[in-house]
Parts: sequence; C-alpha cells; structure tokens
Amino acid sequence: MTNRLLTSADIYKALEDVKDPEINTVSVVDLGMVEDVVIEGSHITVKMLPTFLGCPALPIIQKNVEAAVKTLAYAEEVKVEFLHSPSWTSDRISEKGKAGLKAFGISPPPKHMAEDGSWHVDCPYCGSTYVTLDNIFGPTACRSILYCRSCKNPFEAMKPMIKTM
Amino acid sequence: MSNEETAAVKELLYQLADDDFIHSYRGSEWLGLAPHIEEDVAASSITQDTMGHAAMFYQLLEELDEGDANQLAHDRPASERKNAIILELENGPGHYMGEPAYDWAFAVVRNYFYTQAKMIKIQSLQSSSYQPLADIAVKVRMELYYHLLHWKTWFIQLMGSGHEEAMTRMKAAIEKTSSDIRGVFSYGGHHDSFVQEGLIEDEAVLLERWQQSVTPVLEGVGLGNVEAGLALGDGRKGIHTKDLETALDTLREVYAIDKAATW
Repeated sequence: MTNRLLTSADIYKALEDVKDPEINTVSVVDLGMVEDVVIEGSHITVKMLPTFLGCPALPIIQKNVEAAVKTLAYAEEVKVEFLHSPSWTSDRISEKGKAGLKAFGISPPPKHMAEDGSWHVDCPYCGSTYVTLDNIFGPTACRSILYCRSCKNPFEAMKPMIKTM
Repeated sequence: MSNEETAAVKELLYQLADDDFIHSYRGSEWLGLAPHIEEDVAASSITQDTMGHAAMFYQLLEELDEGDANQLAHDRPASERKNAIILELENGPGHYMGEPAYDWAFAVVRNYFYTQAKMIKIQSLQSSSYQPLADIAVKVRMELYYHLLHWKTWFIQLMGSGHEEAMTRMKAAIEKTSSDIRGVFSYGGHHDSFVQEGLIEDEAVLLERWQQSVTPVLEGVGLGNVEAGLALGDGRKGIHTKDLETALDTLREVYAIDKAATW
C-alpha cells in the first residue's frame, strides 16, 4: 500500500492550519471541533461538532477542512461530517486555543458557572477582574461583549456552553 | 422503525421545524428596528440560533427521505405548514420596507412565552425514543438557556418598570399571546402516537409545566395566572391566518425567482 504513511496525526497536523474564519488565531482543532478522524485507505472522513447550530461559518469551515486535508499526499476523497452528538461544550477548547482567543482580544470561556447562572472572566488585555458585561450576545453566536473598567477597553468573551446549563 | 413510528417522528419534526422557522423569520424582521443597538445584536443573534434549530429539524426530515431541507423550509404552501398560529402573527402593522409600526411589547411577550414553552418541550425531547432528536435536544437546550434568560429579563423589566404605557402595552400583549399559546403545545391530533412511541411527553403535562414556570414570574410583577388558549385555531392541523401567507410570499420571494439556482 502506498498510503500506509498517512496517519490521523498527519490529518490533525493539517487541520492545525484551518482557523476559525471569524477568529483567525485559533484552529478548529484547538476549538475542540474535531471529534474524530477516520482513515479508510485514501478516503478520509473528518467528524466535527458544530459550536452553535446556527453558526454561518460552518459551511466555510467544512470547505477549508476539505481543502487542507486534500493537500496531503494520498488523500483522495475527503468528507466532513457534522455530528449531532456529543454536543460541543466550551471546555473542549485547548490551552493553546485559549491563548489564541486572548491574542484576538477574546477572553476564553470560564470553566464554571455559579449556581445562579453567573460567570466571570478577566480582561484579555490587562488581566483585570474589574469588568462589566455589556451584552451576553455579541457579533457571533459564540461571543459576548464586555468592558474593562481598568484599562477602559471593550472586549469579547466566548460564551460558556456547559452540559449542566 | 415501524411505519407508524416513522410517520409519528416526521409529524413531530414538521411541528418543531415549522415553529422555529416562522418564529425566526418574525425575529429577523426586527433587524435594525429593535429599541437599541445592544438589543439589535442580541435579538438577531437569538434569531440566528433559532433558524439553526429549524435547519437541524428540517435536516432530520431530509435524513428520513422527506426531501431537501431548503425545499422543505421554502417551498411548502401555508396549508401544509404545522406551526402554531401565535408564531406566524405579524409583528405589527406596517411593512418592513415602509413604515413598520411593530409592537416591541408583543415581541417580548411572544418571545418569552414561546422560549419557555420550547425549553419545556426540548427538555422532554432529551429523553425521546428517537435518538437523533434526543441528541439535538441536548445541544438546543444549551443555546436556549441564553435565549430564555434574555426574554425573561425583558419581560420582568418592562412589566416591573412602573411606566404606564409599558404596562398597558405589555398587558395587551400578554392577553393576545396567552389566548393562542396553547397551539405551541398542541400535537394536532397526533397525541396518542407521539406519546405511545415515546417521542415526547403528554401535551397536558408539558402545558402544566409551562404554567408552573411562568406563574411565579407573572406573580412577581403583580399579575395573576394566564389562561392558555387556542382562539385562532390549531396551526398543527393546517389552519392558518393570512399573516402566514404574506410571510411566506416575502421570505421566498428570491428563492421563487429561480428555485434551481445555487448560492
């Protein structure tokens, strides 16, 4: 077999180059959107989880993933499947993904939500905890708009999506 | 799946899909018209999520060989639509392209009442015997958490504002919405098959749960119980108002020019 060298590690490496079209410092892998990669000879299926169901970036992500994997030698047929289960949750974002979000001016989602539904993030620019939430809803489905009272910068935060919500 | 089970699943999916589709369309008509810029961002984000939910339900119908999801959303006449009538009613007089006199009080009440109803149905669907629907329900519930928080906050703030015009308009909107909210819980005569197949719980149980959720909120702003009615008829049975026809004509205007066009 000429394609024995193609491993899932190769695919994940290629997917590191596929960034979220709306946050170009974070890859789809670091966002936790890649659930599984199935290699059957030269046929590759990338199984992905949508972050939000109405996210208009999904078809673009799909196209970019297919194009990135197709650049690999021996990858003849590439398919992206969006799974219904498990649900994407914000704790799937890797440490590298969180750093990438901060670099874009977006606070990573908090790990926990208090019992009353409140949550807290720090300013991605100065690290201050003195921030206010302006709007739970932001420019994209997954983001909220906040304001830092310390460095006086508006910033965004990734909404927590937690199983217990 | 048996033929009976497949038929029941399809019927339920049409009801869920058509509800979210027309509700999302009515939400989209507010774009640029919401009371302030932050609300414009929030309401349109919620509307986008909701259209995503409708798309997932149509997608499940496509997987059951009902045809293309886009075609199901755009190409079915009003008489085939299964949405509850309360969701199709126009936002107010006037036209989006002219001088819309939309009623924000009605938008807030309809959004709050419907989102609370949807939350209760979605929680029940998480235990649905139809696994693809149960899977999607888990995801929809997490997004809905934010929608419900948002509309409940608006409802309480407008009703608790002490502002005379706000309260008068809210009370009128509550009356208008509650007189048809039961349509959201109707299974359109398919109750027995839905419940027997384990797709979703009894509609009376869900309606009771809805009453239990909204009553403390209503009492908190000095109001009594609302009577959930079905005044304009049962949309699940294909009964609709001219508002639905007008909405469908508008939303598929471009699609109808060339149905085979690719985008």
